[in-house]
Amino acid sequence: MKKISTPYLLLLPGFAFLFTFFILPIMNLAQTSTQTRIENGDTGQYEQTLRFANYFDAFIENREQFTRSFVYALIATLLALLISYPLAYALAFKAGKFKNILLVLVIAPFFTSFLLRTVAWKQILGEEGFVVPSLRTIGIISESTTLTSTSFAVIMGMTYNFLPFMTLPLYASIDRIDPRTLEASGDLYANGFTTFRRVTLPLSMPGVVAGTLLTFIPAAGDYVNAQILGSPNTKMIGNVIESRYFRVVDYPTAAALSFTLMAAILILVTLYIRKAGTEELV
Amino acid sequence: MADSANSARGDLKLTRITKSYGDFTAVDDLSLTIPEGSFFALLGPSGCGKTTTLRMIAGLEEPTVGSIHLGSTDITTTKPYQRPINTVFQNYALFPHLTIFENIAFGLRRRGLKDIDEAVNKVLNLVELPHLAQRKPTQLSGGQQQRIALARAIVNRPALLLLDEPLGALDLKLRRQMQIELKWIQKEVGLTFVHVTHDQEEAMTMADTIAVMNEGKIEQMGSPADLYDNPETAFVANFLGQSNLIKGSLVGTDGDSLVADLFGQKISLPRNRSHAVDSSIFAGIRPEKFRISLLQTPTSGNILSGGKIEDVSYIGVSTQYQVMMPWGQELMVFEQNDDGVAPFQIGDPVNISWEPVFTFALRGDEDAEAGTEVMPEDLDEE
Repeated sequence: MKKISTPYLLLLPGFAFLFTFFILPIMNLAQTSTQTRIENGDTGQYEQTLRFANYFDAFIENREQFTRSFVYALIATLLALLISYPLAYALAFKAGKFKNILLVLVIAPFFTSFLLRTVAWKQILGEEGFVVPSLRTIGIISESTTLTSTSFAVIMGMTYNFLPFMTLPLYASIDRIDPRTLEASGDLYANGFTTFRRVTLPLSMPGVVAGTLLTFIPAAGDYVNAQILGSPNTKMIGNVIESRYFRVVDYPTAAALSFTLMAAILILVTLYIRKAGTEELV
Repeated sequence: MADSANSARGDLKLTRITKSYGDFTAVDDLSLTIPEGSFFALLGPSGCGKTTTLRMIAGLEEPTVGSIHLGSTDITTTKPYQRPINTVFQNYALFPHLTIFENIAFGLRRRGLKDIDEAVNKVLNLVELPHLAQRKPTQLSGGQQQRIALARAIVNRPALLLLDEPLGALDLKLRRQMQIELKWIQKEVGLTFVHVTHDQEEAMTMADTIAVMNEGKIEQMGSPADLYDNPETAFVANFLGQSNLIKGSLVGTDGDSLVADLFGQKISLPRNRSHAVDSSIFAGIRPEKFRISLLQTPTSGNILSGGKIEDVSYIGVSTQYQVMMPWGQELMVFEQNDDGVAPFQIGDPVNISWEPVFTFALRGDEDAEAGTEVMPEDLDEE
């Protein structure tokens, strides 16, 4: 018998896992997405009719939620980037002996459940929390304005929940920058802002790309934040898929929406990586 | 950005500079003038404060006390990007995301200069690497990166070029070659070079003037020949090359010479090479200045008799001997292998002699071992 080389054997467990828990379900999902309801059948009984129009119908019906998902995810990603960049920079260059403690604090939220933390945000932004009364006192929001059940609350929740996914890759990337290249930039007549624009930012681009992807992709498919912090007017595509699947028991539409979401994200990510040109970076 | 600091020219003057980090004083009340157009070396062991001094000149550190002037302009607190000073960093610090061309053009672009292509190509030719313009730094060898770092700095024609252990990462052969090239380039471009190194041979090969630093202070400053032939302290005598330091006392004068007694044997030395403050001295003689002769052979000059060959190492151009003297000190002697005479054997009873002019005298209360325990070769980067 021909000898199978070790690297392939080492790949086997990983491949078996992915096959069982990713490829098989995806094939099953694809198969479901073109089914139609059995006439006079019970709720949840579908048959394969290869009805590709399911995709079209599902998309037209939920255009608004699709758009909202991507807009919310984009805003949350940008906010997370703006918050994380200075944080990651400080962690890498200024934290000194507190670096490890601060890194633990960045990932500390993961010690409690995602759901619980989102519920906590509902309380923070609620009428009884300190945020709303404070903002009312200083007159930023009017007496009648509330923060919960708004797109603001949903976006804030997403920004918060995905922040570590932005901070950690940014930190890893900025930490790898040789501080002497920044000194060299100053030595070569670049002031602080020019040094950031010409040296620090380009050298941290791998982290920016990784962080924005790790934030944007789960944010675009998220439904927990919109469900807990939002209202029917802030429904995202994740909420639609969830309700189609679990409440309406409309498996084909849920499957078609899932595939459409995946394809949309894939296209956006491909365009983004092409544009950001990470392969040119070290 | 063509303000006064940026266009300053002239001698660099450090006045009573001190730099402290908490309780630690890295640079201690240092004053120094570096003449325009010179190749100046700051030489010393790791931790002597030479790099800190360089960083203060570059503007990357601010002195705790003291002032820095370039010509008549005070640049003590001027930002690095406003100083007409460029640095060749220890590990080059090239921008990994930019091509070699853009690395070199970086400073020119920041100052909004014209004819960048021409200036960059000219300096690439100077360092003989014009074909690498479109490569990235990681695609270059260490020696090539070193030259690009140099090109990136000198293309700006700074008033002062700082070199922080620029050859430290290169292998010995390449280092020797780059030393000669650097010296040539400095003459070619006529800029003031300030070179920080722990390698005494490198400093002596390249610099017009060397300041030997130890524990945040300048031990001695002068031309390489001055420092080598007429060291003022045991640290300098031992850190630059090797020295035999023999305990003794000054007992009289003889015209322009001083007479010293070394364990009962009289020698003479030039008055202007004595740095003693009282009669107690260390007489210093470089190992290659000694001559060894068998007891019965007549010799002239200073003679110390009663030695015995303890060890012989043949190293090609020369033979190194350890000679045990009657007072229990081993002296080091380097003899050129140029006379066809067979080397002495271990156990031979010998005299050693030398020309009086090659003797220097240090204060007798010095630590004769200063500067020996830190052999430059053993030092790691920083």
